[in-house]
Amino acid sequence: MSHGPATEWKENKTLDKKKARLGVVMFIIYTIIYAGFIYINVMDSSIMRINIGSFNVAIVYGFGLIILALVLAIIYNKICTNAEKLTVIDGKR
Amino acid sequence: MNYSVSPGAVAIFICFVISVLFISFYFARKTKSATDYYAAGGSIHWSINGIAFAGDYLSAASFLGICGMIATYGFDGFLYAIGYLAGWMVALFIVAEPMKRLGKYTFTDALDSKFNSKGIKLLGAFSTLLVSMFYLIPQMVGAGSLVTPLLGLPHEAGVIIVGIIVIAIVATAGMASTTYVQFFKGALLITFSLILTFLVLSRGLSTTPDKADAAYHNLIALKVTSISDTAVKIEDPSYKVMNLIKSKTKSYVKLSKDNVESIWVLNTQKNILEETETITTLADGSLLYNGEPKANNKFFQVGAMSEINGQKVNGKAAITTGSLSPFTLVSTISNGVVTRWGHEIIKDGTNQITVYYQNPTSGKDILSPGLKYKVDPKKGATPTDRFNFVSLMLALFLGTASLPHVLIRYYTVPSPSAARKSTLVAITAMAVFYILTLYMGLGAMTGGVLDLTNDNMAAPLLAKSIGIAIFAMISAIAFSTVLGTVSGLIVAASGAIAHDLMDRFFNLKLTDKKKVFAGKITAIVVGCIAMVLGILFKNMNVAALVGWAFAVAACANFPSIIMILFWKKTTAAGVIGSIIVGLITSLGIILFSQDTYSNVYHLVGVVAPFAFSNPALVGVPLSFITLIVISLFTQKSSNIKSVSRIVT
Repeated sequence: MSHGPATEWKENKTLDKKKARLGVVMFIIYTIIYAGFIYINVMDSSIMRINIGSFNVAIVYGFGLIILALVLAIIYNKICTNAEKLTVIDGKR
Repeated sequence: MNYSVSPGAVAIFICFVISVLFISFYFARKTKSATDYYAAGGSIHWSINGIAFAGDYLSAASFLGICGMIATYGFDGFLYAIGYLAGWMVALFIVAEPMKRLGKYTFTDALDSKFNSKGIKLLGAFSTLLVSMFYLIPQMVGAGSLVTPLLGLPHEAGVIIVGIIVIAIVATAGMASTTYVQFFKGALLITFSLILTFLVLSRGLSTTPDKADAAYHNLIALKVTSISDTAVKIEDPSYKVMNLIKSKTKSYVKLSKDNVESIWVLNTQKNILEETETITTLADGSLLYNGEPKANNKFFQVGAMSEINGQKVNGKAAITTGSLSPFTLVSTISNGVVTRWGHEIIKDGTNQITVYYQNPTSGKDILSPGLKYKVDPKKGATPTDRFNFVSLMLALFLGTASLPHVLIRYYTVPSPSAARKSTLVAITAMAVFYILTLYMGLGAMTGGVLDLTNDNMAAPLLAKSIGIAIFAMISAIAFSTVLGTVSGLIVAASGAIAHDLMDRFFNLKLTDKKKVFAGKITAIVVGCIAMVLGILFKNMNVAALVGWAFAVAACANFPSIIMILFWKKTTAAGVIGSIIVGLITSLGIILFSQDTYSNVYHLVGVVAPFAFSNPALVGVPLSFITLIVISLFTQKSSNIKSVSRIVT
C-alpha cells in the first residue's frame, strides 16, 4: 500500500541536501560540546566545582548547553529560512 | 503526609477540565478523515505546534520529576534538564524535516517509507507501543499522586479521572484536540513557572522558611549527658529513653514522651540527639507517622538552609536574606549549608521503621554533580557508577528524537520548514523552562516544603508555601500536563495499532472512516489499559520508568532513523535486526539490572546479572552494528530495497 506525506509541498532536493549538511555540522558542534560536559564530569569532576563569578563551572556549563542549544537552533533556522526564500525568488525568475 | 483540600484549587481544576473537554468537542466536529484524526489535518500553525511540542515534552517527568530531583539531589537533578533539552538538538538538526518528508501518520511510516516491509511495520508498531506504555505508566501514576493533595481523593480515583478525561479527548477529536490542549498547557506551564521563580527569588532564603499556610517546624536537638554501649542519658527529663537501635552507619535512640515514641539520631561528636521523621510499619501492617496515626498530621515538611553567609542556626533566631537575584540565590546557597534528608530502614522488634535523618550538605556539594550519580572515584565512584552516568546522558541525548509521541507531532504541520520552525519554538520554550527548574528545585529544597514521602510534589508544594492561588494554578496545570501527555501517547499508540498493524500490516484495507473509528476504539482500549497499569504500578518509581522509555527508544528506534536518513545501503532486514537487538538489549538490561532487582522487585541481597542499569551505552552501538552488518550481508540476497538518496 502506498502512502505519502500528510500534506503536499514542493520538494527541492538541492536545498534539502544543503539544509541536511548544515544540520549535521551543527549537530556535530553541539555533540562535541555536550560530550565535553560528560567527559569533565567523568574524568575530573572537581573542575565542576571551580567558581566562575556567582556560579560554578557545573552551572555555567549546564546553562551554557541550554543557551547554546537555543542559539544554534536560531542560527540554523535563520540560515534555512533565508535559503528557502532565495530558492523561491530564483524559482520566480 | 496529609494535605488539606483547597476549594480554590478544586474550582480551578474543574475549570481546566471543562475547558479541555470543550476544546475536544469543538474539534471533534471538524475531525472527519484519518489525516484529521492522526495528524490534525497537517494544518496546525508551526508556532502553535511548537508550544504543543513543549507541552508534549514537559510531562510529569519534567515538571514534577526534575523539580523534585533538584530539590532532593541538587545539581544531579538538573542533569536531566540539560539532557532533555540536548535531545532536541538531534530532533532539530537531524530528524525534523526528513521525518516530515517521509511519514504520514506514525513513526513506523517513516521507518518503512522506502521498504514496504511487513517486518518493519510489525516491529515499528511494537516498539511504539512499548515505549508509549513505558511513558504512560509514570504519567498515570503521577496523576494519582497529584489528585491526593489537590482533591483529597485516593490515588486510584486520580488515575481513573485522568483516564476518562483523556479517553474523551482522544476518542473525540484525536490529534487536533490533543494539540490545542498541549498548546494551552505548555503556555500556562511556562508562564506560571516564571511567576513561581520570581516569587522564590523575592522571598529569598531563610533558616526558618515559614509557609503561607503554616509555620516552619523548627528542628530540635536534645543534650546527651552520658553515653555507653548500651544506654544513653539525656538532659531533658520530659523524655524517657526506651532503647538504642544500631544500624550499619548510625546509632538511633528511641524516646517516649506523652506515650508517643520517636526516633533520634545519636551524634557522638556534638553529644546531642538529632530529630528525625519516621514511618513505622507495625506488625499488623498499619502505619504510624512520627509515632502517631496519619490523621494526627504530625509528619512535617522539611528542607531549609542551616547556614547562610557563614552564620549558623543558633537557637531560635532566624537568619534571612531578603529578596535575591538569580545570581545571588545560587551564590548564597553555594556558600552556605542546606539540611537535606537521608533515609534508612531499621528494625525495632517486630516493627519496621523508615527513618528520615538530617544530612547537612554544603552548598558546593549541592551545586556540583555527585549527590545522586557518583562520578568522582575519590568519593567512591566505581567504574559501574561512571558507566551508568555516561549511559544515562547518552539515552537522554538520543532518546528524545526517537520517542513516537514526539515524532508524530511532525505530521501535524503543513511542511518540512514548518516542522523545523515548530521545533525552534519548542526549544525556545523549553530552554526557558529548564533554566527555571533549577530555581524552582532549589527553592523547594530550601523552602521548608518537602514531603519526604513524595519528592514528585516538590514544585506544587513550593507553590502552596507561597500562596493558595498560585498553588491552585500550578496544581491544575500539573494535572493538565499529565492529561496532555497521556493524550499524545494514546494517539501514538492508537496510530500504531489502527494504522500500522490493522491497516498496513494485516492489510485490512480500512476506509478512511473505518480508520478513524478503529483509532477511536483503540484509544479507548489503550486508555483503559493505562488506567489499570497506573493503579497496579502505584508504588513504582516514576523517574525510573521515564528513564526506561528514553533508553528503549534510543536503543530500538534511533539507529534505524539515523541510518535510513544517512546510509544508502540500509536494508529492510538491517532495520528489522536493529530494532530487535535494540529492544532485547535495552529491555534485558533494564529488567535484569541490579537497580531493578533492588528498587523495583525489592529483592534484598540478590545479585543481578547486570551491575549497571542504563542500557543506552551498550544497546545503541549494538543496534547500529547489527543494522550495518545485516544490511551489508543482505545487499544482493534480499531483493535489495536500499534507501535511495533520501537526504539528497
